[in-house]
Amino acid sequence: MTAALQAHGLGKKYGRRWALTDCNLEVPSGHVVGLVGPNGAGKSTLLNLSVGMLTPTSGSVEVLGEPAGTQQAKVGYVAQDTPTYSRLSVADHLKLGARLNPQWDESLAQQRIQRLRLDPKQRAGKLSGGQRAQLALTLGLAKRPELLILDEPVAALDPLARREFLQDLMEAVAEQELSVVLSSHLVSDVERSCDYLVVLVDSRVQVSGEIDSLLATHHRLTGPRRTAKELPSDQYVVTESHTDRQSTFLVRTERPILDPAWSVTQLTLEDLVLAYMGREVQPERPVLEVQR
Amino acid sequence: MIWLTWRQFRVQFLVIAGVVLAAAVVLAATGPGLADDYRAFADNFIKNLGFARLNPVLYQVGLALLYAVPPIIGAFWGAPLIARELETGTHRLAWGQSISRWRWLATKVGIGGLGTIALTGALSLAVTWWSSPIDKAINAGQESNFYLPRMFPVTFSGRGLVPIGYAVFAFALGVAVGLAVRRTLVALAITLAAVILIQVLAPSLIRPHLMAPTDQNIVASADNLRGFMISGPGPDAQIKAIEVAINAVGGWKLTDETVDKSGKVATLPQWAIDCEPNGPNRQETSTKAEACFQRLAAEGYTQHVRYFSADKFWALQWREFGLFFLLALALTGFSFWRIRRDLS
Repeated sequence: MTAALQAHGLGKKYGRRWALTDCNLEVPSGHVVGLVGPNGAGKSTLLNLSVGMLTPTSGSVEVLGEPAGTQQAKVGYVAQDTPTYSRLSVADHLKLGARLNPQWDESLAQQRIQRLRLDPKQRAGKLSGGQRAQLALTLGLAKRPELLILDEPVAALDPLARREFLQDLMEAVAEQELSVVLSSHLVSDVERSCDYLVVLVDSRVQVSGEIDSLLATHHRLTGPRRTAKELPSDQYVVTESHTDRQSTFLVRTERPILDPAWSVTQLTLEDLVLAYMGREVQPERPVLEVQR
Repeated sequence: MIWLTWRQFRVQFLVIAGVVLAAAVVLAATGPGLADDYRAFADNFIKNLGFARLNPVLYQVGLALLYAVPPIIGAFWGAPLIARELETGTHRLAWGQSISRWRWLATKVGIGGLGTIALTGALSLAVTWWSSPIDKAINAGQESNFYLPRMFPVTFSGRGLVPIGYAVFAFALGVAVGLAVRRTLVALAITLAAVILIQVLAPSLIRPHLMAPTDQNIVASADNLRGFMISGPGPDAQIKAIEVAINAVGGWKLTDETVDKSGKVATLPQWAIDCEPNGPNRQETSTKAEACFQRLAAEGYTQHVRYFSADKFWALQWREFGLFFLLALALTGFSFWRIRRDLS
């Protein structure tokens, strides 16, 4: 099975600033991938590179086994802030999709518009943020892509619209059997909808993998004070903190924790993401928002 | 893509098309009458034109429209074409569909460009056709201090192919500027200013170099004298320059300078002040002037003139149109190059 998304040494430079550095990533298809990271971490850059909206400064990115941007019909893209033509009506947008996409699924589009109770005659500029996002998603889904890429699709939505949008997306994914990559700066969005996680901080990929296996392989160890070097070599330390007598480690390991000195606790997804994000966070950098 | 482009473009298109259509209808309604008058009055055509007050108005409105259309098309069709998409982010919606950027741009530029050519062409055709009796009469030597020969800079830019060239150039400039600055309003302002500047400067800076003008040395005489420039108070006036008429009726004179017998540009000698016509005592002046002109001729002073004769009208039109069309193609080439690069 070809990877939905594959990046080798991918980097992107704007002027003198690297927005994405040495990104190596392989996302198998058939997943709903959550790309999380603080604002400005390079999420949009990575997604824009994946759809061919940007060209890499270094390295390469392949989508569905082909260089990014070469299979437009197979890759759906819902851009950040879900742009729509404000003067065009909902019906016009569907017509646009029908004319510009060879595999357009008109009945799917019509069904969705009806179910969302969007008035086809309404101009997109008059829609609410949530409705506009739904319209953009409809365009992305009715295109019948193999991979759908969504760049912060719910960032501008209120919590209710956010949940509806993601639920709706999940239903569509279940029906259409497509791979999805969506970015968000909120862990809760990812927790709700994704089964695969990529954490991007400071223009680098910190961790990626299936959420279940990530949760199964990460543990919090609490016990008497000791240094990271004393841990077994198969335990990769993500974060550590120490008090006078006690040490807390967040480790990643495939093996069971055998040392009886540790009390081992399971992590939530949020703990895990925060741990990876918190590693190098300097005070001035925007910290991950947590919203429930 | 054609559907989408038209859907986005139709309002702007229809506004200008409406104006052009209205102008064309009015010109088409009054044009045949003008042509009939031209045949009926023959040599007195221009003198009789003033009796119908509408004619001078239509003559100027036609010219004004042809001047207005290129900057308006550049600013309101060209500049927003890409800039508005980039500004509102909708280019990412369009490029998220199964269509390449090149096709997207090619369709937009193609439809806009064809619209530009069609509308400006139709308007220019109507104006040129409507004015043709007047232009013909003027070129045949009928006197007028209102109507100018069509070779003259002001009229030349409002006839034939030149307005189409300007308009296509303006459109391509608007698109390219919009792509470069990515702000609709900024692109609009830049395009508007640049096109108007080109319209003002092209006749003096570009047009004279498009073809080789006719060179001629003319001996000044009381008959062909057209201008006499002096400075200073009455009796001690200094002579600055004189101008003569060219033999080519309806031609456009580029330069008119005095040269001495060796062919070098010279200032007129002080005694040439006697050539001044219309002195207080007409009879006396005229004999004095006669002698003065004879002396000028004897000492080898002539007026060196360069001009485009009236028969070069279409050749010059084609060249100016071609130049601006090529510039438009170059700007469009830039746009196609730019669109392939990062824009997000």
